[in-house]
Amino acid sequence: MKLTLRIWRQSSADQPGSYQSHQLENVSPDLSLLEALDQLNEQLISSGERPVSFEHDCREGICGSCGFLVNGQAHGPRAATSVCQLYLREFNDGAVLTLDPWRAKAFPPIQDLMVDRSAFDRLIAAGGYCSTGTGQAPDGNALPVGREQATSAFSTATCIGCGACVASCRNASASLFVAAKLAHLGQLPQGQPERARRADTMQRQMEAEGFGSCSSNLECEAVCPQEISADWISWMHRESRS
Amino acid sequence: MSNGLPDPRIPAGPLADAWRRTREELPLISPLRKGQMDVLVVGTGLAGASAAATLAQQGYRVTVLSFHDSPRRAHSVAAQGGINAARSVAVDGDSVSRLFTDTLKGGDFRAREAGCQRLAEISSGIIDQCVAQGVPFAREYGGSLATRSFGGALVSRTFYARGQTGQQLLYGAYQALMRQVELGRVQMLTRRDVLELITVDGVARGVVARHLLSGELEVHTARTVLLCTGGYSNVYFLSTNALKSNTSAIWRAHRKGALFANPCFTQIHPTCIPSGDVFQSKLTLMSESLRNDGRVWLPKNTGETRQPDAIPEEERDYFLERLYPTYGNMTPRDVASRRARELCNAGRGVGPGGRSVYLDLTDAIRAEGKDAIAARYGNLMTMYERISGDDPYRKPMRIYPAPHYTMGGLWVDYHLMSSIPGLFVLGEANYSEHGANRLGASALMQGLADGYFIAPSTVTAWLAGNPAQDVATDHPACREALESTRRRISQLINSEGKTPVDSFHRELGSVMIDRCGISRHADGLRVGLEQVKALEERFEAEVRVPGEASGPNAELEKALRVKDFFGLAQLMLRDALAREESCGAHFREEHQSDDGEARRDDVNFAHIAAWQHNTNGEPIRHSEPLQFTALQPSTRSYK
Repeated sequence: MKLTLRIWRQSSADQPGSYQSHQLENVSPDLSLLEALDQLNEQLISSGERPVSFEHDCREGICGSCGFLVNGQAHGPRAATSVCQLYLREFNDGAVLTLDPWRAKAFPPIQDLMVDRSAFDRLIAAGGYCSTGTGQAPDGNALPVGREQATSAFSTATCIGCGACVASCRNASASLFVAAKLAHLGQLPQGQPERARRADTMQRQMEAEGFGSCSSNLECEAVCPQEISADWISWMHRESRS
Repeated sequence: MSNGLPDPRIPAGPLADAWRRTREELPLISPLRKGQMDVLVVGTGLAGASAAATLAQQGYRVTVLSFHDSPRRAHSVAAQGGINAARSVAVDGDSVSRLFTDTLKGGDFRAREAGCQRLAEISSGIIDQCVAQGVPFAREYGGSLATRSFGGALVSRTFYARGQTGQQLLYGAYQALMRQVELGRVQMLTRRDVLELITVDGVARGVVARHLLSGELEVHTARTVLLCTGGYSNVYFLSTNALKSNTSAIWRAHRKGALFANPCFTQIHPTCIPSGDVFQSKLTLMSESLRNDGRVWLPKNTGETRQPDAIPEEERDYFLERLYPTYGNMTPRDVASRRARELCNAGRGVGPGGRSVYLDLTDAIRAEGKDAIAARYGNLMTMYERISGDDPYRKPMRIYPAPHYTMGGLWVDYHLMSSIPGLFVLGEANYSEHGANRLGASALMQGLADGYFIAPSTVTAWLAGNPAQDVATDHPACREALESTRRRISQLINSEGKTPVDSFHRELGSVMIDRCGISRHADGLRVGLEQVKALEERFEAEVRVPGEASGPNAELEKALRVKDFFGLAQLMLRDALAREESCGAHFREEHQSDDGEARRDDVNFAHIAAWQHNTNGEPIRHSEPLQFTALQPSTRSYK
């Protein structure tokens, strides 16, 4: 098939960016969009142009490295999918795809489709853990966790930290990311001792990083590749009040 | 040093309890002194993150380098199926000694028994540790930990978090690490690619790293260095590894004198989504746990063109169940991979080019319902659907073997120290404990055993016995390492060729899969060696690395990696050629029984091959003999 990729090119944070269009002829519909970018980059290198920078690694939807906007939608049109798992068969022959980086104050641009998401690590450092040291653990079976409770905690623990929720929120809020971590640990007995403090420190760090407050438009839930429910944001707000 | 090898420091006396005795004898350091000692950890996967968090908790000043933008992206995140532990709570008869036996036997008796025993003993504590961190393991309704079974074992000892066990264990270790960052005990440096090891008076004292955004070369020194950098199966280009996984850190250490053990032992995983287009960049693994419920089959006839649901039961060959009635679909990975390849080569394969077999969940869905299967493997089913475009609930999945885990790696002694004093190697980056073939759900166990429990004791013992001064970053050894790294980079940047790096990498991968893949023979290995040498020469003359050494340059990163892969590929081929036997993942066609099973040679090859780099000639092969006291080598049979 044939594709036109209209890509945001920006050599560094202090340089202005602009769109550049590239044609791809004869690409297989069985390729992922990232593989199409690889193919484009080989063409660019052979013709002496700078290849397009984009983050990627595992290419199976789990490491959370990749992510950009495809026609304005984080990770593209398909629900519950990160962009490395977006295959060209989703698009029509001759389609024009506009690719933009995540845009948020707390995610400074690096180059082309790459942004700096280290704010997420600082959010975790602000309390997204159980304060337990190695070698101090009791028998794992001494602390029963009902199946439904474990499954619910798991469903929030699966956040891959890609940043799509931030990129699609009109306030660039990290509420879904923070809520997911609070809900993961807050639903388990191991997370109880620090529950209130965690809710407080993580939310304060969210503000300090320049993330906005929840815009209640639920786009975060719509684009989350792990389908984490925005209901957890309400849950987070209740945590703060308690 | 005997046989050209350092003392492997295997504890004397009875095997059971040897680790506890060793630990009690290891010297300690006061917490106050630890605060004056710095430790460098490279890599933030299960091994690196767990080691860094634990060492920091003990009081060391820890610096961690990762080539990712966040430690949470390390490739351990992609491990799916589970983590083994012998907890002896169920009534299926599991015990520490059975896990020991399965590990040693599964590795085809090419691992040290003391290491396998220690792993089995530690395993249960790993689960407790992770539970305490809040890892949401699957639970029974009553609240106790759930388990499932995996290939190569007849008991149910695999703990799991749906198909995302690696992710959940990694997040546990990552969170423990970030807690230490917040406490100011860990300096976390992301987006650093480690390109050289620094040794002072023969002792590992630091690394040279390239900052991936500025391109700046940095020197980091410490009292000791831990390499936790994962495996190298990306030498095959198409593998299940994440694209940035590489061999650079351990390969540079090898060039500095660290012995490289059993490089040819690469596990080919039987259940991957097969490849299609030439621009396909990787192969995606489908957890082996699917074989609990999935039946593997092929049409009995060659050239079958019907859809799978149109092929009647009597025309299907459930070949693993037929050939291995005891283990059936749960035969270990090497055996299942080889059988699939043979049948595809015989013309019975399905899918494009006849390069796949069916993994069919129809019976399980019929018996238990779609919801039950979705609860067990939901994310795997979605992943398959995304990649293949087919719905695995309605149509059998197509799978084919692909390079996955590398059992080879830097040689380490029982203390996880390489042949370079002060250089520790953890997790997949070392060669230890899996022998010639790793059992499913054992990689996570080894990574965390190394990081949480073993290295923190042995690193302390090393530091207690080797008081050293800090090394200034302008020490001549640092300057020299920096200079040689700079030279390597400028050679690549100034190369005047026209061909992109990936093109060479694809070619290298195709040579390696043909010559040193699921099965090998002497002629092919010799031809492969010549092909790789020729390709490396072409790479040097014809590669194009656009851009500058400064600033982000993904092509330069790739070029440095692929350059190291050429050296490693040659060592893998040599190692495979020298090992004149079939064992585990290493199947030499010259060495097989009449019914096509691997034939081991315990008289001549019951050893670890450890290769020494030789600047002026071919690498030198040393061997560490393996002693078996608790379990005598037997023919591995899964029939």
